Amino acid sequence: MKKYWSFFRIRFIHGLQYRAAALSGMVTQFVWGTMEILLFRAFYESAPQSFPMEFQALSTYIWLQQAFLALYMTWFWESELFHSITTGNVAYELCRPVRLYHMWFVRGLAVRLSKAVLRCMPILVFAWLLPAPYGLTLPGSFHTWFFTLLSMTLGLLFVVAFGMVVYISVFYTISSQGIKLIVTSLSEFLSGAIIPLPFLPDGIREFVNFLPFASAQNVPFRIFGGDLKGHDMYTSLLGQVFWLAVFLVIGQIMERNALKRVVIQGG
Amino acid sequence: MNSTRLYEKYLLIHLKSMMQHKVSFLLTTIGQFLVSFNIFLGVRFMMDRFKEVKGFSYGEVLLCFSITLMAFTIAETIFRSLDTFETIIGNGEFDRILLRPRGSLFLVLCSKIELTRIGRLLQAVVMLIYGIYSSSIIWTPVRIMTVVLMIIGGVAVFAAIFLIFASICFFTLEGLEFMNIFTDGAREYGKYPIGIYGKTLLTICTYLVPFALFQYYPFLYLTGKTSDSWYSLLPLAACLFLIPAGLLWNFGLSRYQSTGS
Amino acid sequence: MIQVEHMNKTFKVTRRSAGFSEAVKALFHREVELIHALNDISFTIGDGEMVGYIGPNGAGKSSTIKILSGILTPDNGTCMINGRIPWKERKEHVKDIGVVFGQRSQLWWDVPILDSFELLRDIYEIPTHQYQETLDELTGLLSLGELLRTPARQLSLGQRMRCEIAASLLHRPKILFLDEPTIGLDAVSKLAVRDFIRKQNKEHKTTVLLTTHDMQDIDALADRVLLIGRGRLLLDGTLSDLKSHRPKEEATLDEIIAALYRDYRI
Repeated sequence: MKKYWSFFRIRFIHGLQYRAAALSGMVTQFVWGTMEILLFRAFYESAPQSFPMEFQALSTYIWLQQAFLALYMTWFWESELFHSITTGNVAYELCRPVRLYHMWFVRGLAVRLSKAVLRCMPILVFAWLLPAPYGLTLPGSFHTWFFTLLSMTLGLLFVVAFGMVVYISVFYTISSQGIKLIVTSLSEFLSGAIIPLPFLPDGIREFVNFLPFASAQNVPFRIFGGDLKGHDMYTSLLGQVFWLAVFLVIGQIMERNALKRVVIQGG
Repeated sequence: MNSTRLYEKYLLIHLKSMMQHKVSFLLTTIGQFLVSFNIFLGVRFMMDRFKEVKGFSYGEVLLCFSITLMAFTIAETIFRSLDTFETIIGNGEFDRILLRPRGSLFLVLCSKIELTRIGRLLQAVVMLIYGIYSSSIIWTPVRIMTVVLMIIGGVAVFAAIFLIFASICFFTLEGLEFMNIFTDGAREYGKYPIGIYGKTLLTICTYLVPFALFQYYPFLYLTGKTSDSWYSLLPLAACLFLIPAGLLWNFGLSRYQSTGS
Repeated sequence: MIQVEHMNKTFKVTRRSAGFSEAVKALFHREVELIHALNDISFTIGDGEMVGYIGPNGAGKSSTIKILSGILTPDNGTCMINGRIPWKERKEHVKDIGVVFGQRSQLWWDVPILDSFELLRDIYEIPTHQYQETLDELTGLLSLGELLRTPARQLSLGQRMRCEIAASLLHRPKILFLDEPTIGLDAVSKLAVRDFIRKQNKEHKTTVLLTTHDMQDIDALADRVLLIGRGRLLLDGTLSDLKSHRPKEEATLDEIIAALYRDYRI
């Protein structure tokens, strides 16, 4: 267990070093968040009756999305990991007395968390200071806070587990390009990063809600904003648990199989 | 050998190089198409639900989106090397460029010509056609010229932004992410006429970074929302943005040469 | 002719330390250190000379090469190469020099070498007739034959280096800067490269400035050696001058150099 903590520490510190990058990233996200809200405002002013959720809940969603981007973005891939598989360097990792799956999983968590930690507070504070309904509002009940945090954790674990499946699939396909592209585009859309899922047209929305990607950021952020509550909330949480379990299992099976048939490709 | 012919030679060698990696080329093209297709889907679903935004119909929005996308894609194809300039500096390629008896900016542009953007270009063309078809614009020669000018102005503005980004790389290689606001941001939010975002943004995009000069005001004329036909000439003013960008490049270059990499 | 007088160059570098608390501190304050890469450097190299430029890592060798090529501007001091100030008349100056970096390639990766050569021909505007002559000569001397039709990524390091050197000489420069040209090469390739450089120097009177850690290169090629350490020029003499510093009778060149480093505390 201690060795995993060391891995975590190293990656975390590494992530903290890039302060200019963090500052820059924060500015970018302020702007992105502001633009998104301005965009939705334009639509709201054109036809408020067609808005599927409270504007305040939407603003909360958008700001949370920006603040915690590092945690849930599916278009972030560590090329180092892909590289180590395609060049065969992964052999060095396999020689260590730790399991590849656990090592990379912990690594994935550490990288995302260190990136998020640097950026989230300023954005959250900024968003909280904005006037309603454009900013972030904090829910009154402990109930909401608790389930949001629970859901966020589940969502993060899911994203990392999902990433693991993609990384390990490269053991089978050698080239990471095709998978990366398709997965990135699909998951971006299906997780509610392009437009929040409630805005999708009726038939499509139900379908998308079934898919695993809806279990990432879509659930926690809507819980926090008050858009998802009661019975629906519990169902969604269960969905998160379900998909997390599924991908953890798939990932571990794939890893075990892949390592059996490791093909070291030229150096 | 004059610069145009040299550029052609570079183009050929890029093509040849690409042919070596056909699969990679195909996948990258598809990938880029998917990214901008996602954006299109966003527009589609939103317009589906809301029918119109700030007075612009679905057809008009598509038209605006396609013009912005086309300008951005053309700029990306030619000026992509500036967008990834931090790599060129980081791996020593720029030093090698300085060892050649040619203008350094020219050679930087030659070093990367992205032919994989063709997927996006096609998407832009299709949307343009669809936008023209479904919007109720009355086409006159002046209006057609407006569209052309909008695209040219757009290419100039995006090129200037890429150039500014590259110039900043001369000073620091860290913390460059915020420039994405102007590049990816423009592509992302330029899908709607930028007037819809409110007065503050419109002012910024008129006087600071002249997006509005090629994407909004001429578009107002195009869709008949204003009859000031001189709006259609504004993209030419947007081209002037290249001047400060060029000056920044020169300044950055002389600083790079005095501090090394 | 290369004339360098009282050249100085200082760089600013930020320091990073290890550990968690240091990393958090670094978020708010960065420590900057001044590095004196070049300190009052002066030397003259005549036409057709073959000079070895040696010193430990970080001594200032690359900075010197960058200044002489016109990429970097020194803080003060003068530098004249064939009547020009390198960084002031960059485009004219680089037409007359060739640079080979042992660790970085200037060739296109996945198209045949000949295509890279032809592109260089177009960049340097070499007249076709002269290009063909030079190409034939280089192909013969470096045995490039079938290599020309092969993409660089399929060549071995030795083959690639031969092509690199040829690429740097296509425009018939009067001065050649070589930065670790034999690094990673097998014995046969090393001999071929050294042999070629010697011939080039002899027949075309090309001035050669060679930086390397491989003392066999120095032994085989250099008439004269410049030793630089911590930014200062510590030795400027012939190869025999260098060898007179031997710590013991049967010392190899490496041992001599190591002794020198010790004596000068670099």
